[in-house]
Amino acid sequence: MIKAIKNIINKQPFWGYLFVSPWLVGFLVFGLYPIVMSLYYSLCQYDVLRIPQYIGLRNYEELLFHDDYFGISIWNTIYYLLIRTPLVIFGSLLLAVLVNNAVRGIKYFRTIYFVPSIISGVILSVLWMWMLNPEYGLINVTLSFFGFDGPLWLIDQSWSKPAIILMSVWSIGGGRMLVFLAALQGVPKELYEAVEIDGGGWWSKFRNVTVPFISPVIFLWVIIEAVAGLQVFVEAYVMTKGGPLNSTLFYNLYLYNKAFDDFQMGYSSAMAWVLFVIALIVTFIQFRLSKKWVYYSGGK
Amino acid sequence: MGLLLGWKMINSKPKISLQTIIVFAFLVAAAIFFIIPMLWLLVSSLKPEAEVFNMSFFPDTLQWENYTKIFERIPFLVYLKNSVFISVVTIIGVVVTSSIVAYAFSFLEWPGRDKLFYFIIATMLLPAQVTMIPIFVIFKELGWLNSFKPLTVPFFFGGGAFNIFLMRQFFLTIPRSLIDAARIDGCSEFRIYATIVMPLSKPVIATISILTFLFSWNDFLGPLIYLSDKAKGTLALGLAQFAGQQDPEWALLMAASVLMMLPIVILFFLFQKYFIRGFMMSGIKE
Repeated sequence: MIKAIKNIINKQPFWGYLFVSPWLVGFLVFGLYPIVMSLYYSLCQYDVLRIPQYIGLRNYEELLFHDDYFGISIWNTIYYLLIRTPLVIFGSLLLAVLVNNAVRGIKYFRTIYFVPSIISGVILSVLWMWMLNPEYGLINVTLSFFGFDGPLWLIDQSWSKPAIILMSVWSIGGGRMLVFLAALQGVPKELYEAVEIDGGGWWSKFRNVTVPFISPVIFLWVIIEAVAGLQVFVEAYVMTKGGPLNSTLFYNLYLYNKAFDDFQMGYSSAMAWVLFVIALIVTFIQFRLSKKWVYYSGGK
Repeated sequence: MGLLLGWKMINSKPKISLQTIIVFAFLVAAAIFFIIPMLWLLVSSLKPEAEVFNMSFFPDTLQWENYTKIFERIPFLVYLKNSVFISVVTIIGVVVTSSIVAYAFSFLEWPGRDKLFYFIIATMLLPAQVTMIPIFVIFKELGWLNSFKPLTVPFFFGGGAFNIFLMRQFFLTIPRSLIDAARIDGCSEFRIYATIVMPLSKPVIATISILTFLFSWNDFLGPLIYLSDKAKGTLALGLAQFAGQQDPEWALLMAASVLMMLPIVILFFLFQKYFIRGFMMSGIKE
Protein backbone atom coordinates (compact mmCIF):
# COMPACT_ATOMS: atom_id res chain seq x y z
CA MET A 1 0.00 0.00 0.00
CA ILE A 2 2.66 2.51 1.04
CA LYS A 3 4.73 1.40 -1.91
CA ALA A 4 1.80 2.06 -4.21
CA ILE A 5 1.38 5.60 -2.85
CA LYS A 6 5.11 6.26 -3.22
CA ASN A 7 4.93 5.05 -6.76
CA ILE A 8 2.14 7.50 -7.49
CA ILE A 9 3.99 10.42 -5.91
CA ASN A 10 7.07 9.67 -7.95
CA LYS A 11 5.06 9.95 -11.11
CA GLN A 12 3.85 13.39 -10.17
CA PRO A 13 6.83 15.42 -11.41
CA PHE A 14 6.38 13.84 -14.84
CA TRP A 15 2.71 14.83 -15.00
CA GLY A 16 3.48 18.19 -13.44
CA TYR A 17 5.96 19.18 -16.11
CA LEU A 18 3.77 17.71 -18.82
CA PHE A 19 0.71 19.69 -17.71
CA VAL A 20 2.62 22.91 -17.27
CA SER A 21 4.34 22.60 -20.66
CA PRO A 22 1.67 24.50 -22.66
CA TRP A 23 2.28 27.56 -20.53
CA LEU A 24 6.04 27.08 -20.73
CA VAL A 25 6.04 26.91 -24.53
CA GLY A 26 3.67 29.87 -24.68
CA PHE A 27 5.86 31.90 -22.37
CA LEU A 28 8.99 31.22 -24.42
CA VAL A 29 7.30 32.04 -27.75
CA PHE A 30 4.91 34.85 -26.74
CA GLY A 31 6.69 36.17 -23.66
CA LEU A 32 10.43 35.78 -23.31
CA TYR A 33 11.38 35.87 -26.99
CA PRO A 34 9.25 38.96 -27.71
CA ILE A 35 10.69 40.76 -24.68
CA VAL A 36 14.25 40.15 -25.88
CA MET A 37 13.36 41.08 -29.46
CA SER A 38 11.52 44.19 -28.33
CA LEU A 39 14.63 45.38 -26.52
CA TYR A 40 16.69 44.63 -29.61
CA TYR A 41 14.25 46.34 -32.01
CA SER A 42 14.21 49.40 -29.78
CA LEU A 43 17.90 49.78 -30.61
CA CYS A 44 17.28 49.42 -34.34
CA GLN A 45 15.75 51.09 -37.29
CA TYR A 46 13.20 48.53 -38.40
CA ASP A 47 10.31 48.72 -40.86
CA VAL A 48 9.41 44.98 -40.93
CA LEU A 49 10.26 44.72 -44.65
CA ARG A 50 14.02 44.99 -44.32
CA ILE A 51 16.13 43.42 -41.58
CA PRO A 52 16.67 45.61 -38.47
CA GLN A 53 19.57 48.08 -38.62
CA TYR A 54 21.32 48.60 -35.29
CA ILE A 55 21.46 52.29 -34.39
CA GLY A 56 22.19 52.24 -30.65
CA LEU A 57 20.16 54.55 -28.44
CA ARG A 58 19.11 56.88 -31.26
CA ASN A 59 15.41 55.94 -30.99
CA TYR A 60 15.32 56.81 -27.29
CA GLU A 61 17.25 60.01 -27.87
CA GLU A 62 14.90 61.07 -30.66
CA LEU A 63 11.81 60.19 -28.63
CA LEU A 64 12.79 61.83 -25.37
CA PHE A 65 14.53 64.94 -26.67
CA HIS A 66 13.41 65.74 -30.19
CA ASP A 67 9.89 64.44 -30.66
CA ASP A 68 7.25 67.10 -29.96
CA TYR A 69 4.47 64.53 -30.02
CA PHE A 70 6.10 62.66 -27.17
CA GLY A 71 5.52 65.58 -24.82
CA ILE A 72 2.01 66.16 -26.14
CA SER A 73 0.98 62.52 -25.81
CA ILE A 74 2.50 62.22 -22.34
CA TRP A 75 0.67 65.34 -21.21
CA ASN A 76 -2.63 64.07 -22.63
CA THR A 77 -2.16 60.69 -20.99
CA ILE A 78 -1.17 62.08 -17.60
CA TYR A 79 -4.12 64.50 -17.71
CA TYR A 80 -6.44 61.59 -18.48
CA LEU A 81 -4.94 59.45 -15.74
CA LEU A 82 -4.94 62.17 -13.07
CA ILE A 83 -8.55 63.23 -13.63
CA ARG A 84 -10.06 59.86 -14.46
CA THR A 85 -8.54 57.72 -11.71
CA PRO A 86 -9.94 59.65 -8.73
CA LEU A 87 -13.31 60.08 -10.45
CA VAL A 88 -13.63 56.36 -11.15
CA ILE A 89 -12.45 55.33 -7.70
CA PHE A 90 -14.41 57.89 -5.72
CA GLY A 91 -17.53 57.56 -7.85
CA SER A 92 -17.67 53.79 -7.76
CA LEU A 93 -16.91 53.79 -4.04
CA LEU A 94 -19.86 56.09 -3.40
CA LEU A 95 -22.02 53.89 -5.60
CA ALA A 96 -20.92 50.86 -3.61
CA VAL A 97 -21.85 52.57 -0.34
CA LEU A 98 -25.18 53.50 -1.86
CA VAL A 99 -26.07 49.99 -3.02
CA ASN A 100 -24.84 48.53 0.24
CA ASN A 101 -28.09 49.83 1.74
CA ALA A 102 -30.75 47.22 2.28
CA VAL A 103 -33.42 49.07 0.33
CA ARG A 104 -36.12 47.12 -1.42
CA GLY A 105 -35.26 46.46 -5.05
CA ILE A 106 -31.56 47.17 -4.53
CA LYS A 107 -30.72 44.21 -6.77
CA TYR A 108 -32.24 46.00 -9.75
CA PHE A 109 -30.31 49.17 -9.06
CA ARG A 110 -27.05 47.21 -8.92
CA THR A 111 -27.88 45.58 -12.24
CA ILE A 112 -28.64 48.92 -13.91
CA TYR A 113 -25.36 50.41 -12.71
CA PHE A 114 -23.41 47.38 -13.80
CA VAL A 115 -24.71 46.84 -17.33
CA PRO A 116 -22.63 49.60 -19.03
CA SER A 117 -19.52 47.75 -17.83
CA ILE A 118 -20.11 44.86 -20.19
CA ILE A 119 -20.39 47.08 -23.29
CA SER A 120 -17.40 46.94 -25.60
CA GLY A 121 -15.08 49.89 -26.10
CA VAL A 122 -16.13 50.30 -29.72
CA ILE A 123 -19.86 50.42 -28.96
CA LEU A 124 -19.20 52.81 -26.11
CA SER A 125 -17.25 55.05 -28.41
CA VAL A 126 -19.96 55.00 -31.07
CA LEU A 127 -22.71 55.64 -28.55
CA TRP A 128 -20.86 58.50 -26.90
CA MET A 129 -19.87 60.11 -30.21
CA TRP A 130 -23.59 60.40 -30.69
CA MET A 131 -24.32 61.42 -27.09
CA LEU A 132 -21.67 64.13 -27.35
CA ASN A 133 -22.67 65.39 -30.78
CA PRO A 134 -22.67 69.19 -30.26
CA GLU A 135 -25.91 69.83 -32.15
CA TYR A 136 -28.04 66.71 -31.83
CA GLY A 137 -26.43 64.77 -29.01
CA LEU A 138 -28.53 64.08 -25.97
CA ILE A 139 -26.24 65.95 -23.59
CA ASN A 140 -26.27 69.25 -25.41
CA VAL A 141 -29.94 68.95 -26.30
CA THR A 142 -30.68 68.51 -22.61
CA LEU A 143 -28.41 71.40 -21.69
CA SER A 144 -30.08 73.69 -24.21
CA PHE A 145 -33.47 72.65 -22.87
CA PHE A 146 -32.40 74.18 -19.56
CA GLY A 147 -31.02 77.19 -21.35
CA PHE A 148 -27.32 76.35 -21.36
CA ASP A 149 -25.00 76.33 -24.34
CA GLY A 150 -23.22 72.99 -24.27
CA PRO A 151 -19.55 72.81 -25.27
CA LEU A 152 -18.44 71.30 -28.58
CA TRP A 153 -17.07 68.29 -26.70
CA LEU A 154 -15.07 66.09 -29.05
CA ILE A 155 -14.35 68.82 -31.56
CA ASP A 156 -13.14 71.34 -29.01
CA GLN A 157 -9.57 70.75 -27.92
CA SER A 158 -10.21 71.84 -24.34
CA TRP A 159 -13.30 69.62 -23.95
CA SER A 160 -12.21 66.49 -25.81
CA LYS A 161 -10.36 64.92 -22.90
CA PRO A 162 -13.07 65.66 -20.31
CA ALA A 163 -15.58 64.16 -22.76
CA ILE A 164 -13.64 60.91 -23.02
CA ILE A 165 -13.19 60.84 -19.25
CA LEU A 166 -16.93 61.31 -18.72
CA MET A 167 -17.61 58.37 -21.00
CA SER A 168 -15.05 56.25 -19.24
CA VAL A 169 -16.50 56.95 -15.80
CA TRP A 170 -19.97 56.08 -17.03
CA SER A 171 -18.78 52.85 -18.55
CA ILE A 172 -16.67 51.49 -15.70
CA GLY A 173 -18.28 52.91 -12.54
CA GLY A 174 -20.68 50.00 -12.08
CA GLY A 175 -18.01 47.36 -12.61
CA ARG A 176 -15.74 48.87 -9.97
CA MET A 177 -18.75 49.33 -7.70
CA LEU A 178 -18.98 45.53 -7.48
CA VAL A 179 -15.37 45.24 -6.39
CA PHE A 180 -15.87 47.77 -3.61
CA LEU A 181 -19.21 46.30 -2.65
CA ALA A 182 -17.52 42.97 -1.96
CA ALA A 183 -14.99 44.78 0.23
CA LEU A 184 -17.65 46.80 2.05
CA GLN A 185 -19.46 43.69 3.11
CA GLY A 186 -16.40 42.74 5.15
CA VAL A 187 -16.52 45.90 7.28
CA PRO A 188 -17.63 44.98 10.83
CA LYS A 189 -20.97 46.55 11.81
CA GLU A 190 -19.68 47.36 15.29
CA LEU A 191 -17.36 50.00 13.85
CA TYR A 192 -20.31 51.89 12.40
CA GLU A 193 -22.17 51.57 15.66
CA ALA A 194 -19.21 53.08 17.44
CA VAL A 195 -19.38 56.13 15.16
CA GLU A 196 -23.11 56.39 15.77
CA ILE A 197 -22.57 56.41 19.51
CA ASP A 198 -20.12 59.27 19.04
CA GLY A 199 -22.85 61.09 17.14
CA GLY A 200 -21.14 60.80 13.76
CA GLY A 201 -23.22 60.93 10.62
CA TRP A 202 -22.99 59.41 7.17
CA TRP A 203 -19.86 61.25 6.11
CA SER A 204 -18.06 60.47 9.35
CA LYS A 205 -18.78 56.78 8.86
CA PHE A 206 -17.53 56.91 5.31
CA ARG A 207 -14.43 58.91 6.14
CA ASN A 208 -13.43 57.25 9.42
CA VAL A 209 -14.57 53.66 9.03
CA THR A 210 -15.30 52.67 5.44
CA VAL A 211 -12.33 54.22 3.70
CA PRO A 212 -9.65 53.20 6.20
CA PHE A 213 -11.04 49.70 6.52
CA ILE A 214 -11.10 48.93 2.84
CA SER A 215 -8.11 51.13 1.94
CA PRO A 216 -5.96 48.17 0.80
CA VAL A 217 -8.63 47.29 -1.78
CA ILE A 218 -8.94 50.91 -2.85
CA PHE A 219 -5.17 51.11 -3.18
CA LEU A 220 -5.02 48.02 -5.38
CA TRP A 221 -7.63 49.47 -7.72
CA VAL A 222 -6.02 52.88 -7.80
CA ILE A 223 -2.92 51.17 -9.12
CA ILE A 224 -4.84 49.08 -11.65
CA GLU A 225 -6.85 52.06 -12.88
CA ALA A 226 -3.79 54.26 -13.13
CA VAL A 227 -1.96 51.69 -15.25
CA ALA A 228 -5.12 51.15 -17.33
CA GLY A 229 -5.35 54.92 -17.78
CA LEU A 230 -1.82 54.95 -19.20
CA GLN A 231 -2.95 52.49 -21.85
CA VAL A 232 -6.06 54.29 -23.11
CA PHE A 233 -6.44 53.60 -26.82
CA VAL A 234 -9.74 52.40 -28.29
CA GLU A 235 -11.83 55.45 -27.39
CA ALA A 236 -9.37 57.87 -28.93
CA TYR A 237 -8.81 55.71 -31.99
CA VAL A 238 -12.51 55.38 -32.75
CA MET A 239 -13.84 58.76 -31.63
CA THR A 240 -11.21 61.32 -32.44
CA LYS A 241 -8.18 59.70 -34.07
CA GLY A 242 -6.18 61.85 -31.68
CA GLY A 243 -7.74 65.17 -32.66
CA PRO A 244 -8.71 67.95 -32.45
CA LEU A 245 -5.24 69.51 -32.59
CA ASN A 246 -3.73 66.38 -31.02
CA SER A 247 -5.67 66.98 -27.82
CA THR A 248 -6.55 63.28 -27.56
CA LEU A 249 -3.32 61.92 -28.97
CA PHE A 250 -2.73 59.57 -26.05
CA TYR A 251 0.58 57.78 -25.69
CA ASN A 252 -0.73 54.40 -26.80
CA LEU A 253 -2.45 55.89 -29.83
CA TYR A 254 0.78 57.57 -30.84
CA LEU A 255 2.62 54.29 -30.33
CA TYR A 256 0.10 52.49 -32.51
CA ASN A 257 0.39 55.13 -35.25
CA LYS A 258 4.17 54.86 -35.22
CA ALA A 259 4.06 51.07 -35.39
CA PHE A 260 1.22 50.30 -37.77
CA ASP A 261 0.78 53.45 -39.85
CA ASP A 262 4.43 54.48 -40.22
CA PHE A 263 5.90 51.00 -39.70
CA GLN A 264 8.60 52.41 -37.45
CA MET A 265 8.79 49.25 -35.38
CA GLY A 266 12.11 50.14 -33.74
CA TYR A 267 10.87 53.53 -32.65
CA SER A 268 7.60 52.18 -31.31
CA SER A 269 9.42 49.41 -29.44
CA ALA A 270 11.43 52.11 -27.72
CA MET A 271 8.14 53.86 -26.95
CA ALA A 272 6.80 50.67 -25.37
CA TRP A 273 9.79 50.42 -23.04
CA VAL A 274 9.46 54.07 -22.08
CA LEU A 275 5.79 53.38 -21.30
CA PHE A 276 6.82 50.45 -19.14
CA VAL A 277 9.22 52.67 -17.19
CA ILE A 278 6.51 55.32 -16.78
CA ALA A 279 4.11 52.66 -15.47
CA LEU A 280 6.74 51.58 -12.96
CA ILE A 281 7.30 55.18 -11.85
CA VAL A 282 3.55 55.81 -11.48
CA THR A 283 3.19 52.63 -9.43
CA PHE A 284 6.22 53.49 -7.32
CA ILE A 285 4.79 56.94 -6.54
CA GLN A 286 1.51 55.30 -5.54
CA PHE A 287 3.31 53.01 -3.14
CA ARG A 288 5.09 55.97 -1.57
CA LEU A 289 1.85 57.91 -1.23
CA SER A 290 0.03 54.86 0.09
CA LYS A 291 1.93 54.99 3.36
CA LYS A 292 -0.02 58.12 4.16
CA TRP A 293 -3.48 56.66 3.69
CA VAL A 294 -3.55 52.89 3.34
CA TYR A 295 -4.29 51.13 6.57
CA TYR A 296 -3.36 47.49 7.02
CA SER A 297 -5.18 45.89 9.89
CA GLY A 298 -2.20 43.56 10.34
CA GLY A 299 -0.58 46.53 12.08
CA LYS A 300 2.03 47.39 9.45
CA MET B 1 -42.57 50.61 -6.38
CA GLY B 2 -42.04 53.86 -4.50
CA LEU B 3 -45.45 53.47 -2.94
CA LEU B 4 -44.73 49.94 -1.92
CA LEU B 5 -41.48 51.02 -0.35
CA GLY B 6 -43.12 53.89 1.50
CA TRP B 7 -45.77 51.59 2.85
CA LYS B 8 -43.20 49.17 4.14
CA MET B 9 -41.15 51.87 5.79
CA ILE B 10 -44.09 53.40 7.57
CA ASN B 11 -45.10 50.04 8.92
CA SER B 12 -41.77 48.72 10.09
CA LYS B 13 -39.26 51.40 10.95
CA PRO B 14 -40.70 54.89 10.77
CA LYS B 15 -37.56 56.38 12.34
CA ILE B 16 -35.26 55.78 9.40
CA SER B 17 -37.77 56.66 6.74
CA LEU B 18 -36.22 60.05 5.93
CA GLN B 19 -32.80 58.51 5.49
CA THR B 20 -34.26 55.79 3.33
CA ILE B 21 -35.99 58.34 1.15
CA ILE B 22 -32.71 60.21 0.65
CA VAL B 23 -30.91 56.96 -0.21
CA PHE B 24 -33.68 56.09 -2.59
CA ALA B 25 -33.45 59.50 -4.27
CA PHE B 26 -29.73 59.01 -4.84
CA LEU B 27 -30.32 55.50 -6.15
CA VAL B 28 -32.82 56.78 -8.67
CA ALA B 29 -30.58 59.66 -9.73
CA ALA B 30 -27.67 57.27 -10.32
CA ALA B 31 -29.96 54.89 -12.18
CA ILE B 32 -31.00 57.69 -14.52
CA PHE B 33 -27.35 58.56 -15.13
CA PHE B 34 -26.56 54.97 -16.12
CA ILE B 35 -29.72 54.02 -17.95
CA ILE B 36 -30.42 57.08 -20.09
CA PRO B 37 -27.51 56.62 -22.54
CA MET B 38 -28.51 52.97 -23.04
CA LEU B 39 -32.12 53.92 -23.56
CA TRP B 40 -31.01 56.55 -26.01
CA LEU B 41 -28.97 53.99 -27.90
CA LEU B 42 -32.12 51.92 -28.23
CA VAL B 43 -34.49 54.72 -29.31
CA SER B 44 -31.91 56.21 -31.69
CA SER B 45 -31.62 52.83 -33.37
CA LEU B 46 -35.32 52.97 -34.20
CA LYS B 47 -35.45 56.49 -35.55
CA PRO B 48 -35.96 57.14 -39.25
CA GLU B 49 -32.89 58.89 -40.65
CA ALA B 50 -34.82 62.15 -40.98
CA GLU B 51 -35.85 62.12 -37.35
CA VAL B 52 -32.39 61.49 -36.00
CA PHE B 53 -31.76 65.20 -36.13
CA ASN B 54 -35.02 66.05 -34.43
CA MET B 55 -34.36 66.99 -30.88
CA SER B 56 -36.98 64.74 -29.42
CA PHE B 57 -36.00 61.81 -27.25
CA PHE B 58 -38.55 59.34 -28.60
CA PRO B 59 -39.13 58.82 -32.32
CA ASP B 60 -42.56 59.60 -33.78
CA THR B 61 -42.49 56.42 -35.78
CA LEU B 62 -40.50 53.33 -34.94
CA GLN B 63 -38.42 52.33 -37.92
CA TRP B 64 -37.66 48.66 -37.44
CA GLU B 65 -36.23 48.55 -40.97
CA ASN B 66 -33.01 50.03 -39.58
CA TYR B 67 -32.30 46.56 -38.31
CA THR B 68 -32.62 45.01 -41.75
CA LYS B 69 -30.95 47.90 -43.57
CA ILE B 70 -27.79 47.34 -41.58
CA PHE B 71 -27.38 43.94 -43.20
CA GLU B 72 -27.34 45.60 -46.62
CA ARG B 73 -24.97 48.37 -45.63
CA ILE B 74 -22.21 46.27 -44.04
CA PRO B 75 -21.44 42.52 -44.29
CA PHE B 76 -22.92 42.05 -40.85
CA LEU B 77 -23.40 38.30 -41.09
CA VAL B 78 -19.78 37.79 -42.15
CA TYR B 79 -18.57 39.87 -39.21
CA LEU B 80 -20.90 37.99 -36.90
CA LYS B 81 -19.63 34.63 -38.10
CA ASN B 82 -16.01 35.74 -37.67
CA SER B 83 -16.63 37.13 -34.19
CA VAL B 84 -18.42 33.98 -33.09
CA PHE B 85 -15.69 31.75 -34.50
CA ILE B 86 -12.86 33.68 -32.86
CA SER B 87 -14.66 33.88 -29.51
CA VAL B 88 -15.59 30.21 -29.39
CA VAL B 89 -12.12 28.98 -30.34
CA THR B 90 -10.54 31.37 -27.85
CA ILE B 91 -12.80 30.16 -25.04
CA ILE B 92 -11.96 26.53 -25.81
CA GLY B 93 -8.25 27.31 -25.79
CA VAL B 94 -8.42 29.24 -22.54
CA VAL B 95 -10.61 26.79 -20.63
CA VAL B 96 -8.78 23.62 -21.71
CA THR B 97 -5.21 24.81 -21.30
CA SER B 98 -5.60 27.03 -18.23
CA SER B 99 -7.25 24.16 -16.38
CA ILE B 100 -4.51 21.70 -17.34
CA VAL B 101 -1.81 24.10 -16.21
CA ALA B 102 -3.71 24.92 -13.03
CA TYR B 103 -4.03 21.20 -12.31
CA ALA B 104 -0.25 20.94 -12.25
CA PHE B 105 -0.13 23.76 -9.71
CA SER B 106 -2.95 22.45 -7.54
CA PHE B 107 -2.78 18.66 -7.35
CA LEU B 108 0.73 17.65 -8.34
CA GLU B 109 3.97 17.86 -6.41
CA TRP B 110 7.02 18.71 -8.45
CA PRO B 111 10.26 20.62 -7.89
CA GLY B 112 10.02 24.35 -8.51
CA ARG B 113 6.25 24.37 -8.57
CA ASP B 114 5.54 27.25 -6.22
CA LYS B 115 8.35 29.42 -7.54
CA LEU B 116 7.06 28.99 -11.08
CA PHE B 117 3.55 29.88 -9.95
CA TYR B 118 4.71 33.16 -8.46
CA PHE B 119 6.63 33.80 -11.63
CA ILE B 120 3.47 33.31 -13.71
CA ILE B 121 1.66 35.81 -11.50
CA ALA B 122 4.53 38.25 -11.94
CA THR B 123 4.26 38.07 -15.73
CA MET B 124 0.91 39.85 -15.44
CA LEU B 125 2.81 43.05 -14.69
CA LEU B 126 4.38 43.20 -18.13
CA PRO B 127 2.46 45.62 -20.36
CA ALA B 128 1.17 44.15 -23.60
CA GLN B 129 2.71 46.97 -25.63
CA VAL B 130 6.19 45.64 -24.95
CA THR B 131 5.54 42.29 -26.61
CA MET B 132 3.01 43.54 -29.19
CA ILE B 133 5.46 44.38 -31.98
CA PRO B 134 7.68 41.27 -31.83
CA ILE B 135 4.57 39.09 -31.69
CA PHE B 136 3.26 40.90 -34.76
CA VAL B 137 6.57 40.18 -36.49
CA ILE B 138 6.36 36.49 -35.52
CA PHE B 139 2.90 36.17 -37.07
CA LYS B 140 3.99 38.06 -40.13
CA GLU B 141 6.95 35.70 -40.62
CA LEU B 142 4.60 32.76 -40.20
CA GLY B 143 2.35 34.21 -42.89
CA TRP B 144 -0.55 34.37 -40.45
CA LEU B 145 -1.56 37.99 -41.07
CA ASN B 146 -5.14 38.29 -42.23
CA SER B 147 -6.09 35.02 -40.63
CA PHE B 148 -7.76 34.24 -37.31
CA LYS B 149 -4.71 32.36 -36.05
CA PRO B 150 -2.99 35.32 -34.35
CA LEU B 151 -6.23 36.00 -32.45
CA THR B 152 -6.82 32.42 -31.31
CA VAL B 153 -3.65 30.28 -31.29
CA PRO B 154 -1.92 32.22 -28.46
CA PHE B 155 -4.76 31.25 -26.13
CA PHE B 156 -3.90 27.57 -26.38
CA PHE B 157 -0.80 28.06 -24.24
CA GLY B 158 -2.18 28.29 -20.75
CA GLY B 159 -4.84 30.89 -21.53
CA GLY B 160 -3.13 33.72 -19.68
CA ALA B 161 -1.71 34.05 -16.20
CA PHE B 162 -4.89 35.42 -14.70
CA ASN B 163 -7.04 32.51 -15.82
CA ILE B 164 -4.49 30.02 -14.50
CA PHE B 165 -4.69 31.86 -11.20
CA LEU B 166 -8.51 31.77 -11.12
CA MET B 167 -8.59 28.07 -11.97
CA ARG B 168 -6.05 27.23 -9.32
CA GLN B 169 -7.93 29.20 -6.67
CA PHE B 170 -10.99 27.11 -7.40
CA PHE B 171 -9.12 23.80 -7.65
CA LEU B 172 -7.70 24.34 -4.17
CA THR B 173 -11.23 24.10 -2.78
CA ILE B 174 -11.70 20.58 -4.20
CA PRO B 175 -11.03 17.99 -1.45
CA ARG B 176 -7.64 16.35 -1.87
CA SER B 177 -9.02 13.07 -0.55
CA LEU B 178 -11.10 12.77 -3.69
CA ILE B 179 -8.02 13.00 -5.87
CA ASP B 180 -5.99 10.64 -3.70
CA ALA B 181 -8.77 8.07 -3.69
CA ALA B 182 -8.86 8.12 -7.47
CA ARG B 183 -5.10 7.69 -7.60
CA ILE B 184 -5.23 4.67 -5.35
CA ASP B 185 -7.90 3.25 -7.65
CA GLY B 186 -5.34 3.52 -10.41
CA CYS B 187 -6.66 6.54 -12.28
CA SER B 188 -4.07 8.38 -14.36
CA GLU B 189 -3.62 12.09 -13.67
CA PHE B 190 -5.18 12.92 -17.00
CA ARG B 191 -8.26 10.88 -16.20
CA ILE B 192 -8.59 12.51 -12.80
CA TYR B 193 -8.36 15.88 -14.49
CA ALA B 194 -10.93 15.03 -17.14
CA THR B 195 -13.45 12.98 -15.17
CA ILE B 196 -13.23 14.33 -11.61
CA VAL B 197 -11.77 17.83 -11.49
CA MET B 198 -13.36 19.36 -14.58
CA PRO B 199 -16.93 18.22 -13.85
CA LEU B 200 -16.60 19.70 -10.34
CA SER B 201 -15.33 23.00 -11.68
CA LYS B 202 -18.32 24.23 -13.64
CA PRO B 203 -18.64 27.52 -11.70
CA VAL B 204 -15.08 28.63 -12.40
CA ILE B 205 -15.28 27.37 -15.99
CA ALA B 206 -18.42 29.47 -16.46
CA THR B 207 -16.78 32.54 -14.96
CA ILE B 208 -13.65 32.20 -17.08
CA SER B 209 -15.66 31.47 -20.24
CA ILE B 210 -17.69 34.61 -19.73
CA LEU B 211 -14.68 36.80 -19.05
CA THR B 212 -12.96 35.34 -22.11
CA PHE B 213 -16.03 35.82 -24.25
CA LEU B 214 -16.30 39.45 -23.17
CA PHE B 215 -12.64 40.01 -23.95
CA SER B 216 -12.69 38.27 -27.30
CA TRP B 217 -16.04 39.60 -28.51
CA ASN B 218 -15.12 43.15 -27.57
CA ASP B 219 -11.45 43.04 -28.58
CA PHE B 220 -10.59 45.80 -31.00
CA LEU B 221 -6.80 46.17 -31.09
CA GLY B 222 -6.16 42.53 -32.04
CA PRO B 223 -8.44 42.47 -35.10
CA LEU B 224 -7.28 45.97 -36.02
CA ILE B 225 -3.66 44.85 -36.19
CA TYR B 226 -4.14 41.43 -37.75
CA LEU B 227 -7.22 41.60 -39.97
CA SER B 228 -7.01 44.09 -42.82
CA ASP B 229 -9.11 42.10 -45.29
CA LYS B 230 -12.71 43.26 -45.06
CA ALA B 231 -14.09 39.74 -45.38
CA LYS B 232 -12.07 38.78 -42.30
CA GLY B 233 -13.34 41.58 -40.09
CA THR B 234 -15.04 41.17 -36.73
CA LEU B 235 -18.08 43.00 -35.43
CA ALA B 236 -15.98 45.38 -33.36
CA LEU B 237 -13.79 46.19 -36.34
CA GLY B 238 -16.70 46.52 -38.75
CA LEU B 239 -18.61 48.79 -36.40
CA ALA B 240 -15.59 51.05 -35.93
CA GLN B 241 -15.11 51.30 -39.70
CA PHE B 242 -18.78 52.04 -40.21
CA ALA B 243 -18.55 54.77 -37.56
CA GLY B 244 -15.48 56.25 -39.21
CA GLN B 245 -17.36 57.44 -42.31
CA GLN B 246 -17.55 61.12 -43.22
CA ASP B 247 -21.22 61.51 -42.30
CA PRO B 248 -22.09 58.64 -40.00
CA GLU B 249 -25.58 57.21 -40.39
CA TRP B 250 -26.40 57.43 -36.73
CA ALA B 251 -29.59 55.41 -36.68
CA LEU B 252 -27.96 52.51 -38.48
CA LEU B 253 -24.86 52.77 -36.32
CA MET B 254 -27.00 52.54 -33.22
CA ALA B 255 -28.88 49.57 -34.66
CA ALA B 256 -25.60 47.80 -35.41
CA SER B 257 -24.41 48.55 -31.88
CA VAL B 258 -27.57 47.10 -30.39
CA LEU B 259 -27.16 43.95 -32.47
CA MET B 260 -23.54 43.57 -31.43
CA MET B 261 -24.47 44.05 -27.78
CA LEU B 262 -27.37 41.64 -27.92
CA PRO B 263 -25.48 38.35 -27.33
CA ILE B 264 -23.68 39.84 -24.35
CA VAL B 265 -26.84 41.26 -22.83
CA ILE B 266 -28.65 37.93 -23.27
CA LEU B 267 -25.75 36.06 -21.71
CA PHE B 268 -25.71 38.59 -18.92
CA PHE B 269 -29.31 37.99 -17.98
CA LEU B 270 -28.85 34.23 -18.21
CA PHE B 271 -25.61 34.07 -16.23
CA GLN B 272 -25.69 37.20 -14.10
CA LYS B 273 -24.09 35.44 -11.18
CA TYR B 274 -20.98 34.53 -13.16
CA PHE B 275 -20.65 37.98 -14.72
CA ILE B 276 -20.76 39.56 -11.31
CA ARG B 277 -18.33 37.07 -9.85
CA GLY B 278 -15.99 37.59 -12.79
CA PHE B 279 -16.06 41.35 -12.39
CA MET B 280 -15.57 41.16 -8.65
CA MET B 281 -12.45 39.10 -9.16
CA SER B 282 -10.95 40.75 -12.16
CA GLY B 283 -12.57 43.87 -13.46
CA ILE B 284 -11.17 43.08 -16.88
CA LYS B 285 -12.33 45.55 -19.46
CA GLU B 286 -11.17 45.70 -23.05
